[in-house]
Amino acid sequence: MSTMLKITNLHATVAGKEILKGLNLELEAGEIHAIMGPNGAGKSTLGNILAGREGYEVTQGEVMFNGKNLLDLEPEERACEGVFMAFQYPVEIPGVNNTYFLRAALNAQRKYRGEEELDSVGFLRLVREKLEILHIGDELLHRAVNEGFSGGEKKRNEIFQMAVLEPTLAILDETDSGLDIDALKTVAEGVNRLRSKDRGMIVVTHYQRLLDYIVPDKVHVLADGRLVATGGADLALKLEEQGYAWLEDGGIATLNVESAAQTAKP
Amino acid sequence: MSGETSTIDKMVEQKYQHGFVTDIESETLPPGLSADVIRAISARKNEPEWLLEWRLKAYEHWLEMEQPDWAHLKIDPIDFQAISYFSAPKSDKDRPQSLDEVDPKLLETYDKLGVPLHERARLAGVAVDAVFDSVSVGTTFKAELKKAGVIFCSFSEAVQDHPELVQKYLGSVVPQRDNFFAALNCAVFTDGSFVFIPKGVRCPMELSTYFRINAAETGQFERTLIVAEEGSHVSYLEGCTAPMRDENQLHAAVVELVALDDADIKYSTVQNWYPGDENGLGGIYNFVTKRGDCRGARSRVSWTQVETGSSITWKYPSCILRGDDSVGEFYSVALTNNYQQADTGTKMIHIGRNTRSKIISKGISAGHGQNAYRGLVRVTPRAENARNYTQCDSMLIGKKCGAHTFPYIEVRNPSAKVEHEATTSRIGEDQLFYCLQRGISEEDAVSMIVDGFCKQVFKKLPMEFAVEAKALLEVSLEGAVG
Repeated sequence: MSTMLKITNLHATVAGKEILKGLNLELEAGEIHAIMGPNGAGKSTLGNILAGREGYEVTQGEVMFNGKNLLDLEPEERACEGVFMAFQYPVEIPGVNNTYFLRAALNAQRKYRGEEELDSVGFLRLVREKLEILHIGDELLHRAVNEGFSGGEKKRNEIFQMAVLEPTLAILDETDSGLDIDALKTVAEGVNRLRSKDRGMIVVTHYQRLLDYIVPDKVHVLADGRLVATGGADLALKLEEQGYAWLEDGGIATLNVESAAQTAKP
Repeated sequence: MSGETSTIDKMVEQKYQHGFVTDIESETLPPGLSADVIRAISARKNEPEWLLEWRLKAYEHWLEMEQPDWAHLKIDPIDFQAISYFSAPKSDKDRPQSLDEVDPKLLETYDKLGVPLHERARLAGVAVDAVFDSVSVGTTFKAELKKAGVIFCSFSEAVQDHPELVQKYLGSVVPQRDNFFAALNCAVFTDGSFVFIPKGVRCPMELSTYFRINAAETGQFERTLIVAEEGSHVSYLEGCTAPMRDENQLHAAVVELVALDDADIKYSTVQNWYPGDENGLGGIYNFVTKRGDCRGARSRVSWTQVETGSSITWKYPSCILRGDDSVGEFYSVALTNNYQQADTGTKMIHIGRNTRSKIISKGISAGHGQNAYRGLVRVTPRAENARNYTQCDSMLIGKKCGAHTFPYIEVRNPSAKVEHEATTSRIGEDQLFYCLQRGISEEDAVSMIVDGFCKQVFKKLPMEFAVEAKALLEVSLEGAVG
């Protein structure tokens, strides 16, 4: 396996305020990493910086993605390189048909990669295929992008877009927020079906419950702009039990000992 | 006649006095407006006496009127004496002889719009008739209309060939003293279109100024009159997507529609006059009065407009819902970029019983553009059960533009039901980022979002027009973001 994403000493500010303070992270192809942490820790900031959103200023550090300096690329170039973000709050684009939108996106990416654009017949075939894999109906296809969608429909639509665009790196930003348990399961199942040895995923979440359904390879705890702990899936359970407050009460030290021990294993 | 001709001669001499030298055979009157100029225009067009009288009366009204200043527009003073009020169509000799002689910028725009090659020449005013056989196209088209009994010709021809129809309906919808610019048009109009659809006839094709060969040079004060007799239907398309590269110039047109019992008139406009440059220099003042009279019971007038051009637009295509059960509709997209200004909307005057009107207005402002919706819904005392629905949405692109909404609602009958919805949104950074994150470029994203915003109106345009309108928005928005 090779390192797909390498974040080194990342510092970033939003509106002059330092949010990330030296974050390091390595992700290998095929892995799913969960990033957990209290509100305001910088979880969403990390996702937005990787995707290239305006208003987030990187002051120090480096992000290498498949050998390229990700921070040098425009947001649309990052997307074309295979970075996908499933949004916490997918926006509505009234009057723009969902299928049309997705085809425009896919063809923009194909064009970037020097591949031939898909015509509507070819695209529809691909869409059917993906719907089947995800076990979802086609009722969202005929509507305008996210317009009038329920919370569950919006998140399902994000996963569907991800299935069609086949990204190399997917960032799922609080995909569980606002979902009831059934919707959560549907979305998680979709994500699991899109797991692949070539694809890395970063699952950003506040709650452990999503990780019952999407089992990560690694869990990172982000607090005060840094990853303060890294562990296996059980770390999430521990956090759930003890709460984030426990981190500040010296829990970090304990964890770091544990994770160091884990890393040391052959 | 000879007296009139000498007036022209005098004008021509006058031009020489002012030091103009030109070797094109001069059919352009020197700048200035007076009763003599109007007489000269009328004489040049060989008009009947009653029409000259009508023009002169309008001129007298105009002299007593003042240019309106209530619109949300900043208009530099217009020197009405500096305008030349008559310019005869160019002869083939004076036109560019091939596309090589046409402004390359113009051709570039056609290219972006996807206008077919043989159409480009015609749009650019190249003398193409012989080369591209457009005469035969025109002839086939005329024969088919004639068979159906439809009259579709230039206004001047109508004055000569159908004076009784022109006299009966001219000014019956927009009176001479309706407003300052309409009065001016009545006095000095040079040409335009005339359409007459006889009783019970469904016009066999979309009528368009695009196809009427001599429409390209109708000048800046044109007049359109469309009469739909009982039970007839017509769809009329005005303007084409070709930008006319004129310099700062006043364009004051009048359009009158008359719909008798059960008649249906659909009038679509795609307006793309020269908007001025990116600093706001030059461009057309597009001050147009358009009104449809639903004179008969169950008649319908539907306006659809896509306004992307002109430096200043001042127009309110309106419906007088006089007939019982008549219907008025207004679907509008108005876009202002750079320093363009638009004050546009509609008036729906409910007079008959059970009359219904619908207004869908989409304003888009980019750059330093200022866009105002101004609409009046009036329900008169005897208009039982009048219904109006108004939806008025504004979209802002960037932070230096403005959107304004001025709805006027006057209801004098308690059975009326009037609904007004309005929204203003900034093209979301969020929407834009969402598109970018999926790999769509910024330019494509903006045009996609704007297109979605306008969808309700585009749906009302005839198919091929809708495609062009969409392309036109894209061209007009170039460089609006980023």
